[in-house]
Amino acid sequence: MYKYDEYDHSIVAARVEEFRDQVNRRLAGQITEDQFKPLRLMNGLYLQLHAYMLRVAVPYGTLDSRQMHMLAHIARKYDRGYGHFTTRQNIQYNWIKLADAPDILADLATVEMHAIQTSGNCIRNISSDQYAGAAADELTDPRPWAELLRQWSSFHPEFSYLPRKFKIAVIAADEDRAAMRLHDIGLQVVERGGQHGVAVYVGGGMGRTPMVAPLIKDFVPFEDFLSYMEACLRVYNRYGRRDNIYKARIKILVHEIGADKYRDEVEAEFAEVKKLDLDPPRAEFDRIAAYFAPPPYETGLSDAIDRGDPDFAVWLDQNVAAHKAPGYAIVNISLKPVGGIPGDASADQIDVMADLARDYSFDELRVTHAQNIVLPHVRKADLPAIWQKLADAGLAEANLDLISDIIACPGLDYCSLANARSIPVAQKIAQRFSDLGRQRELGELKLKISGCINACGHHHAGHIGILGVDRKGTENYQLLLGGSGAEDVSLGTITGPGFSEDGIVDAVEKATDVYLRERAEGERFLDTYRRVGMAPFKEAIYG
Amino acid sequence: MRILTGNDLVTGDVTWWTGSGWSRHVEDAADVGDQGEAIAQAEEGARRVNAPYVIDAAETADGPRPAHIKDRIRALGPTVRPDLTLKPADPNAGSWVI
Repeated sequence: MYKYDEYDHSIVAARVEEFRDQVNRRLAGQITEDQFKPLRLMNGLYLQLHAYMLRVAVPYGTLDSRQMHMLAHIARKYDRGYGHFTTRQNIQYNWIKLADAPDILADLATVEMHAIQTSGNCIRNISSDQYAGAAADELTDPRPWAELLRQWSSFHPEFSYLPRKFKIAVIAADEDRAAMRLHDIGLQVVERGGQHGVAVYVGGGMGRTPMVAPLIKDFVPFEDFLSYMEACLRVYNRYGRRDNIYKARIKILVHEIGADKYRDEVEAEFAEVKKLDLDPPRAEFDRIAAYFAPPPYETGLSDAIDRGDPDFAVWLDQNVAAHKAPGYAIVNISLKPVGGIPGDASADQIDVMADLARDYSFDELRVTHAQNIVLPHVRKADLPAIWQKLADAGLAEANLDLISDIIACPGLDYCSLANARSIPVAQKIAQRFSDLGRQRELGELKLKISGCINACGHHHAGHIGILGVDRKGTENYQLLLGGSGAEDVSLGTITGPGFSEDGIVDAVEKATDVYLRERAEGERFLDTYRRVGMAPFKEAIYG
Repeated sequence: MRILTGNDLVTGDVTWWTGSGWSRHVEDAADVGDQGEAIAQAEEGARRVNAPYVIDAAETADGPRPAHIKDRIRALGPTVRPDLTLKPADPNAGSWVI
């Protein structure tokens, strides 16, 4: 894992004290809310429906046990005993007091964490593959590239006031576990002529105008990497629309001028930027990459696993993924118990996961964009013990990528932007399909719910998506089918008129019935939908 | 009726204008008529409230009931965590929101 150097420590510490002064001035009446709001947002502090909300950055979703324990400590000391893991691989606290915020940031700084750039029109937390460094299918670990971007984008003076917020994802496998092409910039580390570089996709995103990012450049070598990123952002900063918030994201710019024109502009800018000699030497990349060196795996381990306990065997099949090292596996911890709140974890559960990482996973954890937690490097021989400890903590739900593994934004229960509640819908769907055997019969089925058009719940990318809207003061839910955030990326299509809270649960069930009736051998829900089209689903849902 | 709401500057708690001060409980909210904006401006200036705004509400036997579900959720707390609402012991509190 990356470790702060003296510069990192000093700038984060200085930022904490700067914010402490800003909070004190606000509380003393020396600055107004209008003056204070952009300052608190730069430090991740929102004013939400019930209280202040603090969003803490988890760079590319990677944590160690000390940091995870700190997240539990903050939940316990400053909040109401829990935290909410988000679709941006971050964590949010919902009940923060303004006067406590500087102390929280100071506590975070002791474990090399912060809330900088978790809000505002800047480059946000760089997200990545939750299996980075562990996946059997990856070309290389994408996190050194993500960390280089983090350092480049942190406090970047030219990109602190972009037309709109800016999100970047980096992957290094053909299987896309980070919804890469639904980001403002999506990067895939690829190889050409024995050298690693990135394929650059620009102009994706969800929100009210969902778009899949087109390929802008198929290979940018490391030697040009940051200059090319700089050029991509400069073109956006210059031409991105600041007159209309709904048209301010880079996806609108790329769409309006076209990918070819955008590419030409970037190439011209790149030719100028390259003269500035911004790109770090290879030795700097190697220095960063050394922090992400593989842990000291044991050799000669057996791949055998005792499947004697049937509940354990189901969890093993559903929640454990292949690891690159013999004798090791990747454990997914579902934060989606039936009837629970997607992404929420109590302070005690966070502590349990931290301890498991320390004891069994070389002290590493990952937060996933699907609001789950990963133990990336565990010995297969330890899986039964890990499962038992997870079960004791209510964390052994065996539903990864099944219909109850629902992504849901906080919705109207917490969010001041929301139009409808998301969580109760997720809970009702999970309860309707609570039989795990039924879920497994349905197979991979990614269901995603947003409480408003901003799409924090990724509803456009759900095999089944649900969008909550406000219809004359009443919550109403639109159903979408056919979306995907994976390498087979696509945007869902609205089925037709919306539904009540109970009606949307029935509609989802009818859609799954159509799938079971129509599916061919080996087809997932998404495959069947793509083959047979919307018509049979629409007929079943509205007929 | 029209009632005035905002958040406490220090704690962030949802608060309601009572006619003479601020309460955590919407039942205490007073009808501000057409004075809401003026009260909001004065109270915000005195740092007794943050981000105040006026909403429509219905007068009921149990006190004011905000017209929009968003403000009813603000008044009670998250419907998915009854233990964190202002009425954790009331099993029917959620139905007031819906």
